[in-house]
Amino acid sequence: MNRRIDITLTVNGERVSRSVDTRLHLIDFLRMELGLTGAHTGCEHGVCGACTVRLDGDPVRGCLVMVASLDGSVVETIEGLSDTGEIRDLQEAFVARNAAQCGYCTPGMLVTAADILVESPEATREEIREHISGNYCRCTGYQAIVDAVEDVLKARRTSEAA
Amino acid sequence: MKWPAMGYARVESLDELWQVLDAAGPEAQILAGGQSLLATLSFRLSEPSGLIDITRIPALRGVSVTGGTLRLGALTRHADLGRDPLVAAHAPILAQAAPLIAHPAIRNRGTIGGSLALADPAAELPACMVALDATIVVASRSGERRVPAADFFQGLFTTDLQPGEIITAVDVPVATPASRQTIVEVTRRSGDYAMAGLAAVLAVTADRTVDAARLVFFGVGSGAEIARGASVALTGTKLTQATIAAAQGALAGDLDPPGDLHGGPELKRHLARVLTARALGPFLAPAEQAA
Repeated sequence: MNRRIDITLTVNGERVSRSVDTRLHLIDFLRMELGLTGAHTGCEHGVCGACTVRLDGDPVRGCLVMVASLDGSVVETIEGLSDTGEIRDLQEAFVARNAAQCGYCTPGMLVTAADILVESPEATREEIREHISGNYCRCTGYQAIVDAVEDVLKARRTSEAA
Repeated sequence: MKWPAMGYARVESLDELWQVLDAAGPEAQILAGGQSLLATLSFRLSEPSGLIDITRIPALRGVSVTGGTLRLGALTRHADLGRDPLVAAHAPILAQAAPLIAHPAIRNRGTIGGSLALADPAAELPACMVALDATIVVASRSGERRVPAADFFQGLFTTDLQPGEIITAVDVPVATPASRQTIVEVTRRSGDYAMAGLAAVLAVTADRTVDAARLVFFGVGSGAEIARGASVALTGTKLTQATIAAAQGALAGDLDPPGDLHGGPELKRHLARVLTARALGPFLAPAEQAA
C-alpha cells in the first residue's frame, strides 16, 4: 500500500491537485499545504470542534478525515463561506452579540451554526444548544453564541415571510 | 499527536477488497467513516500497517425494505438513520438513537458498520440491534455469513468478525403495529458516551398485554447486555406500574456493572432502574401515566 496518494479535490471552489502523505488529516492539509489557516487545530481527536469544515455539503471534524481519501471531494472552509457571503449575517450577529472572545472556536462554531440555518430554520434555543454541543467554547459560556444564532434565525424567517 | 506512518488503499468493489486484504496482511485495517478509528490513531492506541478505504463500494450502501426486512447497508451514516423515512417507519428506535450518537459533524461521517464492528460497550447501535433481534450480514472472500446480533457481540470491543471479514449490511425485522421501541440514556453532556442507556423493544397488544420484551442495556458492562430477568418479568402480563416495578427488581440479577469514571456499580444499578421506568412509562395506559 502507498504512503503517498495523488488526489484532486475542490477547495472553496478551486480545483487542487496534490500528492499527500497518508498521515495528514484534512486540517493540517488545509493549513500547511494550502495556507488556509481559518480552521483551527484543537484537540486533534474529534472532541473540540475547532476544526469543523464543510465536506461534500456537510459539517465534519477536519481532524477525523484522512485527506488521502478525499479524491473528488468538495471542501469549504470559513474562508470560502466568508467569500461567498453565505454567512455574512451570521458573522455580523457574532460581532453584534460579542459571541467571539479569543476566537479560537469561532470558525468551527460558524460552520456548525451555518448548518443550523439550513437544517433547522425553526430551531429553539434548546435545539441550537444541542446542535452546537460538539463545538467547545471556553470563553463565552455559549449564551452570546446562542443569542447570535437565534437572532439570525429570526431575521431570516422574517425576511422570507416578507 | 500526529498519526503514525501507514499505507492507504481505496477499493471500489468487494472483489477488489478481498485482493487488497490478502496483499496487505493482518496488520491492515478497514476504514469506513473513521470517526473512532482515526481518533485511536491520534492516541496511538492503534498503529495499523495500512487502512483500506471501503467507503466507495456501492454494494455497501443503501436502505431498502424487502418483505418483512429492513436492510441497512454497512455504510449507512448515523445522520442517514436520523432522517431516512424507511428507518423512521420500520425501525423507529434507530431514528431515535441517531441524535444520541455524538454530534452532528460526527454523525455525518460515522457509519453503522463501523460502530457495530468496533462494539464499544457504551455505544447505542449494538444495543439497538440486539434489542431489535437484527441480523448482522458479514462477508469474506469465501462468501456471506448471517449472524444474530446477540451472538455477534462477544464482549468488550469484541465481535464474531473473523480475519478477512467485513460487515456488509444489517437486516432488521420491520416494526409491526404491536411494536413499541424506545431508547433512553443518561449522559453528563450532550453527545457524550452514555453513563447508562437502555434500548427496549416490546410487542404490546391492544389491551396492553406484553407479548414479547427485549430490554438491552449499554454503558453498564462489557457490551450490549440483555436484561433477561426484567424482560421475562414483563412478558405475558399487562403493562402496569406494578410490572415495571417487577422488571426494575429483576435488574438486580441481570446486571453486574463495573464501576467506571462516572461512578460505582451502585450508581449504574440505580440509573438502570431509572431508565427502565423512563423507557416503559410512555407505554402505560394514559390513566396510569398520570399517576
